[in-house]
Amino acid sequence: MSRREELVVGIRDALPIVFGYLPIGVAYGILAAQTGLSDIVTVSMSVFVFAGSSQLITVNMLGGGAGVLPIIMMTFLVNLRHLLMSASMSLHFKEADNRLLPVLSYIITDESFAVSSANLPKREKKEIYFLGLGITAYLAWVISSWLGASLGSFLPSSGSLGLDFVLPAMFIVLLVLQIKDSLDILVAILAGLFSLLFVYILPENWNIILATVVAATLGVLLERWS
Amino acid sequence: MELKYVIMIAGMTLVTFIPRFLPMAILSKLEIPEIVIRWLKYIPAAILASLLAPGILMDDGRLALSLHNIYLLAALPTFLVAIYKKNIFLTVVVGMIAVVILKAFIS
Repeated sequence: MSRREELVVGIRDALPIVFGYLPIGVAYGILAAQTGLSDIVTVSMSVFVFAGSSQLITVNMLGGGAGVLPIIMMTFLVNLRHLLMSASMSLHFKEADNRLLPVLSYIITDESFAVSSANLPKREKKEIYFLGLGITAYLAWVISSWLGASLGSFLPSSGSLGLDFVLPAMFIVLLVLQIKDSLDILVAILAGLFSLLFVYILPENWNIILATVVAATLGVLLERWS
Repeated sequence: MELKYVIMIAGMTLVTFIPRFLPMAILSKLEIPEIVIRWLKYIPAAILASLLAPGILMDDGRLALSLHNIYLLAALPTFLVAIYKKNIFLTVVVGMIAVVILKAFIS
């Protein structure tokens, strides 16, 4: 297959991701606009950070008056999961040009990882395929958040559209997708309980970071124990 | 753009890019210890649960385990769709519809 054909297959395989990103990107843009963020801040976050759940959480935290440091800490922890995806994808890109690695890793997301790890083993020019897939998804995310930001100022308040539940609903499904065994369920329940407990004794939003670290550590300990 | 947001976006970009890039760049030379990998595997579920719990179990800074808590009620069908369909888009849509309907009945 030619490079051009590989690229086209990558773009085609990104289409389900594009349809998944559109509503979430638009919702992100609308929520950001209604939290009072300017279009340039909203779209810049999509262009540079390109990590949906952390961007939505950031909007949520800014709405609650959070400072810059907790937001950056939260972003780090939320996006730490990419470590594992990057590690796993590195196996496919051993032959790739080193100069491409920053771009290839920039476009790793839950979705591009999920779709490409199913397809990469059978692709010939793996990096070209992944570039087609990842850049298409990237553009869909940036354009849909810009669309949402532009719409945000015209729409009624987010509550009446159910947009206030986009984030919890997304957390729910992403959480369900993470559950592989009963220990995962236990860790999730522990994290939820600690988060509720810490909310009373810690400054805004640090409860999430501490609860996550404690629950994940307990998970590893329980693993050894059982 | 306000300086606060420039710093915020620059910081977020950096801390997001590093975990995406480092393993791909150095994994061939460095082995991540088993125990760190296992710890990392729990991070996504733990983060999502600790973000979710206050959102659906609290209202106005207080524990809200009642039938008046719309988000808690909406979470039930949302969880069911998530578990049985495992589809992000569908789950989000069902959650939004559930909230809109519940708000019409409970307020």
